[in-house]
Amino acid sequence: MIPAPFDYHAPQTLEEAFALLETHRDEAKVLSGGQSLLPLLKLRLGAAGHLVDIGRIPGLEYIREEGGFLRIGGRTRESALERSALIHARYPLLAETAAVIADPLVRNLATVGGNLAHGDPANDHPATMLAFRAEIVATGPQGSRTIPIDQFFLGLFQTALAPEEILTEIRIPEPPPRSGGAYVKLERKVGDFATAASAVQVTLGAGGEVARVGIGLTNAGPTPLRATAAESLLSGKPPSDELIAEAARQAGAAATPSADRRGRVEYKREMARVLTARALHRAIQKAIQMGGGH
Amino acid sequence: MAHHAIHVKVNGGERKAEVESRLLLVHLLREVLGMTGTHIGCDTTHCGACTVLLDGVPVKSCTVLAVQADGREVTTVEGLERDGKLAPIQEGFWQEHGLQCGFCTPGMMLTSHALLQHNPNPGEAEIRQAISGNLCRCTGYVNIVKAVQHAAGKMKTDAQPAEAAPAVA
Repeated sequence: MIPAPFDYHAPQTLEEAFALLETHRDEAKVLSGGQSLLPLLKLRLGAAGHLVDIGRIPGLEYIREEGGFLRIGGRTRESALERSALIHARYPLLAETAAVIADPLVRNLATVGGNLAHGDPANDHPATMLAFRAEIVATGPQGSRTIPIDQFFLGLFQTALAPEEILTEIRIPEPPPRSGGAYVKLERKVGDFATAASAVQVTLGAGGEVARVGIGLTNAGPTPLRATAAESLLSGKPPSDELIAEAARQAGAAATPSADRRGRVEYKREMARVLTARALHRAIQKAIQMGGGH
Repeated sequence: MAHHAIHVKVNGGERKAEVESRLLLVHLLREVLGMTGTHIGCDTTHCGACTVLLDGVPVKSCTVLAVQADGREVTTVEGLERDGKLAPIQEGFWQEHGLQCGFCTPGMMLTSHALLQHNPNPGEAEIRQAISGNLCRCTGYVNIVKAVQHAAGKMKTDAQPAEAAPAVA
């Protein structure tokens, strides 16, 4: 399959990229790893008059802790997350997410920023970033602004990014001691989108109670979904098996998936419940293991 | 629509081409450069038949623009053999019957070749994980895993004389 014709641009700096985006506005799309955008153009589900490839702009691929945040450059490859010792040691939720996105060859090109900026609720990082309470750094001709993740996803394939803005960084608050996370995904086969998936990031208090918890659901509605009722239920309480079961039930009830070849609505809701229970158990177990702090 | 003059190093040789923005890397290789070892299977980023190495990293060439490869190095299945001698991964697929119809084989070999470059002694689970983006629809994966293990063993044997030399001296 061959995409409809477009013009390709390879700016060398962010400034050049902004100028192109300002000129071509709605006609332009940012090309990052291309693993969602190019299939979309090939299948002619979408069209773009101009592709602005950010692949040759230096300084957009990094993973580092700084100023209380884990900072991930927008064009960082998924495979870089998979290989990062820092991610494996401190951010198990991210490590588990990166390992189940598409397949290893796709992850060699696919980027974290692209996974988010695409605005697809079937992608995996949106739920992860909801669970982390991350912030998105959007950079445009006038400079950078940060967008809380809860205000980033506006609708199906719609985000808070302005046409001339580029997602340059993701900021995840550094986890306090006694924190853990897990991503549990049900997929029919490697490379498929999630039938359902649940991302959990939890921090336990000194007494073992849930001090902070984030729960994000993948493919559970037109936008990535935060399971707010389940989060409120858990907060401040010791995470007993009964409480986890009830929180998972509320997360499943919050899901509004649509029926497709992966299953009926009822099945997907039930899977969201089951996977959230598993993710909560695993995240809490990891938080207990990380009891000593960093 | 815009055309671009690109320079790509393919299997060590500099190649020049004038390409349309929308030309895919797999079509550059097969149709412009006439190298048909890289296969087109699903054409939807699933099957991995079109796998090539881009700067040494395995990617699906049906989901990369030719112009994105400008100034970079591409290795295709044609580049595995050196001086008339099969690469260890090719020998592995031959010895262990790692193919039936052979359609997935170029992609399988390039992905496995890249795996062995950074993990010279992979376990079965690691091999299966690495090739999980390459689909075989003939035989399953048992002989493919054996082929990769055979190649790993061959690479170790080939490397041994050089390694053993200082110990003897």
